[in-house]
Amino acid sequence: MNPILRPVAAEFSKIFSTRIWWILALVLFGYIALIAGGLAAFLGGVENGSISPDAVNSGGGADLSTLGDLPPLIYSFAASVGYVFPVLLGALATTGEFRHQTLTPTFLATPKRGRVLSAKIISMFTVGAGLGLVGLAASAGLGALVLNGFGIDPMLADGETWALIGRTVLAMALWAVIGVGLGVLVPSQVASIVIVLAFTQFVEPLLRFASAVTQITADIGKFLPGAASDALVGASFFTLASPGGAVLESWQGGLVLLAYGLLATAGGYFTSWKRDVT
Amino acid sequence: MPTGAVIEFRNITKRFGQTTAVTDLSFTVEPGRVTGFLGPNGAGKTTTLRMLLGLVAPTSGTATFGGLRYRDLSQPLGTVGAALEAASFHSGRTAARHLAAYTLAAGLPRTRVAEVLRTVGLADHADQRVGGYSLGMRQRLSLAYSLLGDPGVLVLDEPINGLDPEGIKWIRGFLSSMAAEGRTVLVSSHLLSEVQQSVDDVIIIAKGELVHSGPLSSLDTNVAPQVIVDSPNRDALVTALTDAGLAFTSGRTGLIVAVPDPGQVGHIAFAAGVELSVLHRQKAGLEDSFLALVDGGDSL
Repeated sequence: MNPILRPVAAEFSKIFSTRIWWILALVLFGYIALIAGGLAAFLGGVENGSISPDAVNSGGGADLSTLGDLPPLIYSFAASVGYVFPVLLGALATTGEFRHQTLTPTFLATPKRGRVLSAKIISMFTVGAGLGLVGLAASAGLGALVLNGFGIDPMLADGETWALIGRTVLAMALWAVIGVGLGVLVPSQVASIVIVLAFTQFVEPLLRFASAVTQITADIGKFLPGAASDALVGASFFTLASPGGAVLESWQGGLVLLAYGLLATAGGYFTSWKRDVT
Repeated sequence: MPTGAVIEFRNITKRFGQTTAVTDLSFTVEPGRVTGFLGPNGAGKTTTLRMLLGLVAPTSGTATFGGLRYRDLSQPLGTVGAALEAASFHSGRTAARHLAAYTLAAGLPRTRVAEVLRTVGLADHADQRVGGYSLGMRQRLSLAYSLLGDPGVLVLDEPINGLDPEGIKWIRGFLSSMAAEGRTVLVSSHLLSEVQQSVDDVIIIAKGELVHSGPLSSLDTNVAPQVIVDSPNRDALVTALTDAGLAFTSGRTGLIVAVPDPGQVGHIAFAAGVELSVLHRQKAGLEDSFLALVDGGDSL
């Protein structure tokens, strides 16, 4: 194997030799299955009339038909809700090296440190894509079954649906790279995890909601990583929940996500990765 | 058989902010011998070894293996094997899979994992998670890592720490056999007595500076021998020695007289009519010489 690919093989070996990858994959599946399956059943029930709209909203103001096609919305939960899992796994892959002091054997085996970090990006991008497939198995797999059960066309014959599935896999892969970057930027494992959870579950949703208030803030808010991710995927509950919010083009969203990942990694390379290992 | 390379430190210095950890250190380590790298805790041993291995960037100076810096070696693990601390493991990974990741990184055959685990006596625990390992087992796993590439140079930081007596005996024999095969073996320790039986050469540092280097035997002559003397009537002995103008101090087993010849002390006592219960020459041990070197002999 050539010297560039060796560290990549080593990183894959590290990821799959502890338990955290399948624990996160399992939780991701369960979490998305619950949300996507549950909403598919609920919205499907409303749409086909087995749940009365009046039971949902006694005010009767909202018309569920404005939500557009149900299947893409349900399927997009894999990334719009599940993205926190590849970020966590990516952050654990780098912070774990600091925490368990495995940087020493790692850098002894591969003294060119940039290669190790590149290997982490490549391996985590791949594993993130794998987590995307797991999330989609729950959102699109289970979601389609439920929708079908309510007599709604799961749109699986539609090419656009499969394009959305592909973009979801790409988004999840990019999120894992962002995790790697965050992990080198904030090498403390606890701090990294707290940042991931606080930012994804609280800070960013609030910022996205608040930024939609004026045109200027909305133009900035669309560059938030979560907004960029939703733009890349092309459908999201968040985007629908704040209509009128500015949205990037799909390819722009992908580039913005990639930029976050690479900038964080490059920053971390200089602030922590190149430092003395004592 | 892999051959050892000469390790050369040239004017290496490391400053952490205001504090200087290692100052202008220069020495060489020869193949075919076990070299003890000694000094009290905090003397700068680990920092020096980490600079040698490219983990810590020196402020100035170089450290090389046969003229090459560690990062410039084409086969790092196949040239130098290093065990730096017994804590560099993910506790949730098994020993075999820990090592397997690095055989992949270094392009070594996967079969080396089982081989090195057998060498260090961990074959039966290969598939156990490292979290359940004792300190001694971690120390052995650390050593197993250093052997993965069958390197000609071994750099081991405090490898004896935490080993049981059987393990200590084993590693001493192991180090000697590695050197006998022509490899370069550099072993650090804060206790000379720990490595005394297996080292050929010693490099001693204190407060980041070189205080002694040479063959182990060169330590022998550093501290002047003394005479221990005692009497049932110690007061009379004190008077006799004082009258004779000899300097002495009071020790646990008698008076310690700063002269090399027991006969001289015996004569003084005989002439003064003092009965002696103890009279012998104390040759300072290597450990005493070592301690005298590393802290100027003032704290003992």
